[in-house]
Amino acid sequence: MHVNNTSTEKESLTKRKSVLGIRLFFIYLICYAGFVVIGVFQYELLAVQVPGGLNLALAYGIGLIIFAVILGVVYNYYCTKYEDEAEAEQSNEIEEGGAV
Amino acid sequence: MIYEISYVALLFFFIFVGLVIGLSFYFGRKTSSSSSYYAAGGQIHWGVNGIAFAGDYLSAASFLGICGMIAVSGFDGFLYAIGFLGGWVVALFLIAEPFKRLGKYTFTDALNAKFNSRAITLAASIGTLIVSVFYLIPQMVGAGDLVMPLLGLPHWVGVLLVGAIVIVIVASAGMASTTYVQFLKGGLLIVLSVVLTFFILKNGLTLTPNFKGSSSHYTFMELTPQVENEKLIAVNDWDVVGQQTVGNKTFVKLSQNGIERWFDWTQDANGSMLKETLTVTQRADGQTLYNGEPKENRRFYQVGHMSKIVVNGQEVGETGAVGPFEFLSTLQESEIVRFLQVKFSDGADEVSVYYQEPTAGATFMLPGLKYKIGRDANLWSKLDFISLMLALFLGTAALPHILIRYYTVKTPRDARKSTILAITAIGGFYILTLFMGLGAAVNGVLDVESSNMSAPLLARAFGAVLFSIISAVAFATVLGTVAGLIVASSGAIAHDFIDIYLKKNLSDHRKVQVGKIAAFAVGIFAILLGMAFKGINVSFLVGWAFAIAASANLPAILFLLFWKKTSETGIAASIIVGIVSSLLIILTSPTMWDKYGLDPANAIHQLENPALISFPLAVLTVYLVSLWYPKQNAVGNGLTA
Repeated sequence: MHVNNTSTEKESLTKRKSVLGIRLFFIYLICYAGFVVIGVFQYELLAVQVPGGLNLALAYGIGLIIFAVILGVVYNYYCTKYEDEAEAEQSNEIEEGGAV
Repeated sequence: MIYEISYVALLFFFIFVGLVIGLSFYFGRKTSSSSSYYAAGGQIHWGVNGIAFAGDYLSAASFLGICGMIAVSGFDGFLYAIGFLGGWVVALFLIAEPFKRLGKYTFTDALNAKFNSRAITLAASIGTLIVSVFYLIPQMVGAGDLVMPLLGLPHWVGVLLVGAIVIVIVASAGMASTTYVQFLKGGLLIVLSVVLTFFILKNGLTLTPNFKGSSSHYTFMELTPQVENEKLIAVNDWDVVGQQTVGNKTFVKLSQNGIERWFDWTQDANGSMLKETLTVTQRADGQTLYNGEPKENRRFYQVGHMSKIVVNGQEVGETGAVGPFEFLSTLQESEIVRFLQVKFSDGADEVSVYYQEPTAGATFMLPGLKYKIGRDANLWSKLDFISLMLALFLGTAALPHILIRYYTVKTPRDARKSTILAITAIGGFYILTLFMGLGAAVNGVLDVESSNMSAPLLARAFGAVLFSIISAVAFATVLGTVAGLIVASSGAIAHDFIDIYLKKNLSDHRKVQVGKIAAFAVGIFAILLGMAFKGINVSFLVGWAFAIAASANLPAILFLLFWKKTSETGIAASIIVGIVSSLLIILTSPTMWDKYGLDPANAIHQLENPALISFPLAVLTVYLVSLWYPKQNAVGNGLTA
């Protein structure tokens, strides 16, 4: 596994991972900001009971924590996939180069 | 609070501290070059690094502070857990990989990778130093709180002890030791929290938490006074000595057998009632009385209990073992007695009264008891809430002692795996803080003088062994975090400032030497600050460190990574504006006003957390200054984003 080693990483791969990271960040940002906005502008909504017997504040708060972990796993899965693809591509290029 | 020395806890404490120092010396022998001192030579396994990440992050603020604030202010403490974890998303998705690709040792080097600018070096090293110091304060405060019940020693001794041990660790070894120490204690902290939560749920909820006779639940006195024309005339067996009104509360001083006690006088539809309070009286002659008696008489109690338990609409005395959801939903339906503090002067005496405030579970389990955003909210309190959530979200990625761990694994792939392992461990732990904090709130274990000890004191109720191990781990937590921070600050001084900014071109050996001297100086400074900030919740203090980090470092990093026109002048200016604006707002905040001995209500502003103003200001600065002073001497090393 050398493909992801600092300067040898291809620019296209870096770009793909970076775009993925930014997208996931914004998804989380919207959810996180949603909690703050409800707290400030629709406070009463936080007291509403959700299925499971908890109020919205608790369910949303615990949900945000679990969601961050899930997004982390998703990010890792796709980054690893991109890296493997780039690695395969690179070794193909080397093989082709060797055949010439 | 009055504490007795626990010898079992002492034993575990010394074993643990011995282990930590032993590990440091063991790994210290392997440390020779400056790169291994600062970043363990990039040779740490990602799994170890991930848990060490968690160990770094789960500092005193998380274990002591969040649990403590949940125990005292309910859901508002959990806001910190939500925000602290949210911050990892920024770190993971935006910063982790690009930073690793830059491949430098310190935060300053990474920021400077493109420019090699002395202005950036200077600004960033000052930023690292200030953030580290602000993060060190709560750790030291937490250390002092920990040793009080553990060793029966005063607060300042604990602060001194931690400072001294860490200086020895850092001066003898460096990063390698702290990574393994953080791994050990991060892992242990999570395991022990699971155990503690299991005990809380197994024990269930009860009106009289005496832990099957192993501790004595104190029932506070309630007296019925004789009242005429809304004046208190007499109380059976007691002499009425005095009366004080603070806001809408009236406190009555009664005397019996020469001992004076304060009672909270409540009048409602059911008539008049005098409820016993907890009182600390600082007498003019220097003596401190606890509930009117000297310390040795042990008349000061641990508090926090339920006044009503409602299960499916029925009031019950206890629930027996409960599941996690049942635990939370039952608390929501029930009523919890919190203890609130008021201070007043009684003649020449200074009196702190802690009175009972029955609080509906539904209120306790919503935000608003500390950060007022619902009832009693005003514009300042709402801005403060937004500012806190912003600081927590943006601060994580910008903490210098977190970033330094990106360099301790070989590849970006490993750095990512480390971060995900960390986020999972930390997320799981933060959900547990909810149970530990609430468990402390209702099991009669709270120390009204400091919320920080809630979780360890709860552990003590479940047995001396659990308490001793948890205290030892918490102490090691503080130790590890302080060590990491001191390494980061000494790096900022020795490596960034002296070596690069002053261009001293130090030899490898000399660099390590200067680093150790710097570590010593920062350690001493941290000890002094830890003593000065005694009694403030450590999560609250960490909120400040996050705000400064978010304002000083994050705009600079984000612009550097995502905006090609960012110039060296823009980065340096942004760091300086972030530091100065956040520091100014903190130093003029109501909490600091209180520390200066002034009335917090008269502070220049009512914003406790500066991020809402200082972060946008720093963003604006890096943008505008980069436009006005475009980059000149980019050295470039293939960074693209």
